Amino acid sequence: MNFREYKVGARFFALALGGSMTITLLLPSFDISSVSATEVALDKQLWAGHESGFSLDDPLLLGWHRPEKVILKTDPKTGQPIEATTAYVYDKGTPFPGGVLHPGNLGKVSERLSINEGHINEANKDQGAVFLVRSNDQKQYYIEDATVTRGWNPEQVLKAAGDSNTYYASAGKSIFVREGCWWCHTLLPEQTQDWQVFGAPPMLGDFNGESPTAFGSDRKAPDLLHVGSRNASKEWLMLHFFNPRLVQPHSIMPRFDYLWGKVDANGKPIDYDKWRKEYSEYTEGKRIYPPEVPMYASNSDARHLIDFILNLK
Amino acid sequence: MFKYLLAKNEDIPHGASAVYWGFSAIVWFVIGTGLGSFNAAKLAFPDFVTGYEFLAFGHMRQVHVHAVIFGWISMAFGMAMMYITPALGNTRLWSEKLGLWNAFLWNIGLSLGLVVLWAGMTSGREYSDFPWFIDLYIITFMVVPLGVNVWMTIINRRTQGIYTTNWFFGAATFMLAIVFTVGNLPEFFHLTGLTEAYLTWWFAHNVLGLWITPVAAAIAYYTIPKVTGNPLYSHRIGHLHFWSVVVFYSTPAAHHLMSAPLPEWLKSFASVEGVLILVPAIAFVSNILLTMQGKWNMFVENIEVRFTVTGCLMAIPLNMQGGFQQTRAINWYIHGTGWIVAHAHLALLGFSTFLEAAAVYLGLQSMMRRKLYSLTLANIHFWLLLIGFTTYWVSMTIAGLIQGAGKIYEVPYIDVVIAEHPYMIARWIGGTLVFVGNCFWLYNMWMTARAGTEVPQGRMPHELAYER
Repeated sequence: MNFREYKVGARFFALALGGSMTITLLLPSFDISSVSATEVALDKQLWAGHESGFSLDDPLLLGWHRPEKVILKTDPKTGQPIEATTAYVYDKGTPFPGGVLHPGNLGKVSERLSINEGHINEANKDQGAVFLVRSNDQKQYYIEDATVTRGWNPEQVLKAAGDSNTYYASAGKSIFVREGCWWCHTLLPEQTQDWQVFGAPPMLGDFNGESPTAFGSDRKAPDLLHVGSRNASKEWLMLHFFNPRLVQPHSIMPRFDYLWGKVDANGKPIDYDKWRKEYSEYTEGKRIYPPEVPMYASNSDARHLIDFILNLK
Repeated sequence: MFKYLLAKNEDIPHGASAVYWGFSAIVWFVIGTGLGSFNAAKLAFPDFVTGYEFLAFGHMRQVHVHAVIFGWISMAFGMAMMYITPALGNTRLWSEKLGLWNAFLWNIGLSLGLVVLWAGMTSGREYSDFPWFIDLYIITFMVVPLGVNVWMTIINRRTQGIYTTNWFFGAATFMLAIVFTVGNLPEFFHLTGLTEAYLTWWFAHNVLGLWITPVAAAIAYYTIPKVTGNPLYSHRIGHLHFWSVVVFYSTPAAHHLMSAPLPEWLKSFASVEGVLILVPAIAFVSNILLTMQGKWNMFVENIEVRFTVTGCLMAIPLNMQGGFQQTRAINWYIHGTGWIVAHAHLALLGFSTFLEAAAVYLGLQSMMRRKLYSLTLANIHFWLLLIGFTTYWVSMTIAGLIQGAGKIYEVPYIDVVIAEHPYMIARWIGGTLVFVGNCFWLYNMWMTARAGTEVPQGRMPHELAYER
């Protein structure tokens, strides 16, 4: 190695690679880290929770330690009717999202408001917390810890909302990641023609605190970033997940019937073999109607995934 | 092979680790393309094998991708490094034992990683899907030991200069360690939002640009001069290739996210740098094709040269696509469509695989000192690969153009799915041909080890006549 050319070469190599990493990593990091979180990003990180991919809190991506998003119509403490309010419930031990753990992620204004007005730095993981997205009269959005400001605790809020107004969107997102939905359904309307069909492309600050963003790259199916605004029918989604060909004969989506688990909503075992046999008879023309799709149980993966889809507004 | 894991380094025969890497690579290639064919069948016939979570498309797609990238391609690279690096330094591999353990740990780690992915434990980031504990394993037990062996062999060489191939090997193993570590930072430190999205594609771009492409090219810089007997056409052009890879290929990561809300300056910069990738591409292709002067008969007669030159020729459409499809003028039409899938397969299954296959053919024969068992089987392998790949590439390119048209004419998405269906079937047939070809290859190499004619000392395998 004692060869002058290689000393010169090694220095040029360090210069070239270091320069390249400066331009492609360091410089963009100034721009990206200076972006403030939008209202969309606050909502998304609060319902999606800390991490939807692999983490030690949920190594098998089964939806453990996840927040719930609820729509409150009564005050959970007093029971008085209130204007419909979206709250994000973090039960005891549920890890907080990026913006609560590192308020710097939210951008300067939102960080200041979230700490001074929203008291998010007083949130305690061991006690759980209930968060709200609030805005001041200048339309500046921030996170509020309602456990501190209003004394709402997670159990009260879940009880006040009731099952039908509770969305397991966070657990649903980990199923979206685990089942590889994003290999075909992108979460990124492109900045070109897409807005006409799939809605507005996301803005710069729409992702702060979200992980993984799961944009997807290989679109073989409609973009889903705003799908909840196009189709909010639980019945349609239920049929579609059980067997997409029930609602769209030409679909190439796999069947996700296994997300129903062993039993249906009434606790009755689901006989998949019988269902598939009857469905084959239907496709062969031996039956007029396809077999009934069982109603999913309220704690099934299917419920969680549908709640996630409905939240993609 | 396993008996050498605990042997003394001096007792391990020269080339043992290269043989182990080579056979591992072929087995992973069979597995990876088998999974690919199975996945393609599911896209063409959605009710083919249904109801099992672990045979669902979403659980298997990333297993296919990582089996071919880390199993086939990277292990074939390891194989090439184990025998080419010492050959070019006129020395022995620094440590055969480290090479064997490296391959052993590589197989263990990759199997573990694929099982984890298959079970759905994923980081949710394309190409860096492995969760962070697998990433740490990959860096510690797979990437770094390979780099150490290559670097120590180069340092202990018995030649004065370093040949082109070894610059690339040394630089690429070093860059892979950096790219892999930095690219997975979002998992280690829970980086979120656009930072996470951008680093995902920074990794995906650079693992191709600083690992797969340069090492594949470096292999051709060895194979063609070695087998044809012609000296490399130009070392100056080799210099141009090397430096332009480092400068131009490491910078355009953002062009994968042209339609995402990244800073506009970054996208414009990446797009310009993306066109400049044509510099190393043209340098490489011209250098190899000009080295072939006077020996073009070997393109027909010699299986290693045929594989290498075919791979080089595929680098031409690959880089013409790659250079221009990422510009704003074109990217909006084909982004996220089957066109990109076709392009990715042109890079990995076309260009790079053909170069690596040549290295594995040549290396296994040289290291085992056995003549290839059957030329007929090798020809079948070549043509099944070429026809299968071409079918795949043409059908997916057409499917991508259909999707692009679907975007601008705002047709309901299901009409795009219907229009793509014939091409999905064609893609499945193409992929299956590749898989079948690889099964022939595995058999052929296995029989070479067992029943190939012995190559006498001092002769090259391709100097002997085929017996079958």
